[in-house]
Amino acid sequence: MGSEILDDGRRRLLMDRSVPGRVGTTMPPLDVPVQELPPGDVLRGDLDMPEVSEGEVVRYFSQISQFNFSIDHNFYPLGSCTMKYNPKLNDEMAGLPGMAEIHPHQPPATVQGALKLMYELQGLLAEITGMAGTSLTPMAGAEGELTGMLMIRAYHLARGDTQRTAVLIPDSAHGTNPASAAMAGYDVVTIPTDANGNTDLDALRAAAGDDIAGLMLTQPSTLGLFDTHIAEVIRIVQDAGGLLYGDGANLNALLGRVKPGDLGFDVVHSNLHKTFTQPHGGGGPGAGAVMVNERLVPFLPTPVVERRIDEDGSESYELASPPQTIGKMGAFQGNFGALVRAYSYIRTLGKEGVAAISEDAVINANYVLSRLRDCYDLPYDRTCMHEVVFSARSLKREHGVSALDVAKRLIDYGIHPPTMYFPLVVEEALMIEPTETESKETLDHFIEVMRTIAGEAKDDPALLHDAPHDMPNTRLDEAGAARRPDLRWRPSE
Amino acid sequence: MDANAFTSPYTPNTDEDRRRMLDAIGVDSVDELFLDIPPENRSPGLDLPPPASELELRREIEAMAGMNLTPGSYSCFLGGGSYRHFVPAIVRQVAGRSEFMTSYTPYQPEVAQGTLQAHYEFQSMVCQLTGMEVANAGMYDGSTSLAEAVLMATRVTKRDRVAILDTVSPNLRSVIETYVEAPGLEIDVVSPGDALPDDAACLVVQQPSFFGYLEDMTALSEAAHLKGALLVVTCDPLSLAMFRPPSEFDADIVVAEGQALGVAPTYGGPYVGFFACKQKYMRQMPGRIVGRTRDTRGRTGYVLTMQTREQHIRRETATSNICTSVGLIALMSTVYMAAQGRRGLRHVAELCYHKAHYAASLIADIPGYSIPLEGTFFREFVVECPRPPSEINERLIEHGIIGGLDVSDQIPNGMLLCCTEVNSRDEIEGLAKALAEVGGAHG
Repeated sequence: MGSEILDDGRRRLLMDRSVPGRVGTTMPPLDVPVQELPPGDVLRGDLDMPEVSEGEVVRYFSQISQFNFSIDHNFYPLGSCTMKYNPKLNDEMAGLPGMAEIHPHQPPATVQGALKLMYELQGLLAEITGMAGTSLTPMAGAEGELTGMLMIRAYHLARGDTQRTAVLIPDSAHGTNPASAAMAGYDVVTIPTDANGNTDLDALRAAAGDDIAGLMLTQPSTLGLFDTHIAEVIRIVQDAGGLLYGDGANLNALLGRVKPGDLGFDVVHSNLHKTFTQPHGGGGPGAGAVMVNERLVPFLPTPVVERRIDEDGSESYELASPPQTIGKMGAFQGNFGALVRAYSYIRTLGKEGVAAISEDAVINANYVLSRLRDCYDLPYDRTCMHEVVFSARSLKREHGVSALDVAKRLIDYGIHPPTMYFPLVVEEALMIEPTETESKETLDHFIEVMRTIAGEAKDDPALLHDAPHDMPNTRLDEAGAARRPDLRWRPSE
Repeated sequence: MDANAFTSPYTPNTDEDRRRMLDAIGVDSVDELFLDIPPENRSPGLDLPPPASELELRREIEAMAGMNLTPGSYSCFLGGGSYRHFVPAIVRQVAGRSEFMTSYTPYQPEVAQGTLQAHYEFQSMVCQLTGMEVANAGMYDGSTSLAEAVLMATRVTKRDRVAILDTVSPNLRSVIETYVEAPGLEIDVVSPGDALPDDAACLVVQQPSFFGYLEDMTALSEAAHLKGALLVVTCDPLSLAMFRPPSEFDADIVVAEGQALGVAPTYGGPYVGFFACKQKYMRQMPGRIVGRTRDTRGRTGYVLTMQTREQHIRRETATSNICTSVGLIALMSTVYMAAQGRRGLRHVAELCYHKAHYAASLIADIPGYSIPLEGTFFREFVVECPRPPSEINERLIEHGIIGGLDVSDQIPNGMLLCCTEVNSRDEIEGLAKALAEVGGAHG
């Protein structure tokens, strides 16, 4: 009822709203003598940019923002993404002028507070993961992976060990793992998952020759399962002279329960935008801190923060370059704003609170598992960790309803879809990660909705095929978008 | 209940909730859920500080922030890749909306049209500003954007040598070095006028240069294209509001550090890398790209597109490993560009230009100081100081001034100074006065 007209209005782009002469902000007048401009041939002619008033800008973005689901408004059981509540204190701390306004080229003596925070965060993350050193510079998880793989490469080369050309990666791994290994110059060898959801040990043994640089392993895996043969997996790789890369995307399940360093991992990254509550921002910014054991410390990217204690006992902090550093992973010191938030979060929870995160995360996931196992297929029937992977295989076969249909129908109930069709080893996968910040009531509601949808799949499959029904858009033509790319505004004819 | 016992405000489940859930799961204790972990590694204990209340922690972090000398309280003339500009209130207000801030990557387009439409606006504005045909939805920062542009140039040309102009920022060069070492690419650092190697994949140019001066793009473009190399330009996006964009010099890939447009310096990040190129190369681009399409009812909508380039589809053969990027920072720069608009961006750029040139004219008149480089600069310029810049900067702090970037490793006693609209005339004249005072041998 009139909603289509309203929708069209909200979809009008800024350039189409532009009216010559409107301005969206004020600027100070020039307060110095006018200087001679350079010759006209280096100056730009006109610049195509919108001309809109401040109120129009605010209303436009506010209106389109309401097309989004977000963690502040919706339950987001998105597997391997750890969409937990983002504490508001953290945002305010990152926004303090003494944090937000400092310039990355300021001499260390003038940013001692920032360096102290970074130094302490390096220590907190190393303690949580059982490691000896930390780099805060990688700007997202994938850059953390690349950092770790470049360090493994530098380690082997520094020992004159030049024949290692391959990296082993399980078939359940995130796509970033093989992509990062390739960027680090390695060939990728895929290791299958066995029938219980563990690493296939026979395949691992067969692949683990003296040409492997290491294994990239996500624990728990993207199946939400902790590998029951982890000690053997690590021993096989170590015996072959390989190093162990731990993808910490699922670190939320392990906090306080096990330290990757204790298990034998040489390097592990943590997505601070997952486990440590940097808001996801519609796709970043994140931060991909990398923690390493003693033998990789000399290879950390530059800079790291070091503490110096002077003779009079006073502390000072400085930026240092590790002796065999792999170099710089970004222009400056990493995504400092995300580091402030992670620090604030870890300090709020402290020893007791951090260790309790994994308990509630794992209870919540197993609760969902226990209450939905009779209406969705459970490909690996085991206790899960922080997430559970179901399959819509039977619904598909019996009623023609896919994982995609179930996911889109959840939107009608105000719930964000789970991760779907991933990991690739599970047909019609629906990967559900509730996180520890959701209450039993929220989970009970979600379970009821999922059971209702399973019923709808039998009674009225079309209802699911056409979902979602009440969003600004029904399903979108993604194939058409890729075939005929329309990637930017152009003036209408 | 012990009022001093810690209860996390972020985890709602009570002991009673947990007991009922464990009953439903069919286990007696939570420990039974962690039995897959090797016994010898279970529950190692965490040596972390005790929990801190919001009140205590706020005081502690505010004290840390107070240990920093904050530009604003100090006048500051640092640039060199990160810039202090005025950020209108609406940028933080809009980007702070939790619908944007706490949403996930828009893989489910029906619940992410706000993010997707905003990113389409971002891509459009990046294209308009750079003059390029297509742009992606952003990279981590300007430096990784440039490193990825270099990798892309080697894919496009199937060559493995990279020529970099010697006036490109050392920080940017360092990041390129990290990224190209493992794939075995060779770097040639070249000067303007040098012929490129015959098998160069690209020529990397910074415009304006690290030292703030405009490069001769016509000559550099010819030098690159003569050898069949791509022209890769990393530019200052604000300068594009005033100076001819790289597209007018037939640039093939244009990247930029977008921080200057609406993002606080934040000690180096998070920022946003702009990434734009010619349309014929678009399927070699790294990163997320938003496209406009239609839904089943014919209505306009937006989706992530050309995903077959990306790691979650193509794994080890993807164009890049990038996944999570900087969506929210891209939004901030989009709101900034919208608010400044056609006239505001040019106005800010001109304010910077006049203030920087005014500062340079004052400093050039101080005995012992000179401006060693010639040409047209934008808002940064190098001053040759009578003493090492590090010594001068130490003394400037006593005058309440955070001085320029020490570039004495490249230009003898060189200090790179930056002026923007936030530097008032008083600050600029105060800088000149202080430089005169601290410049002398016994100053």
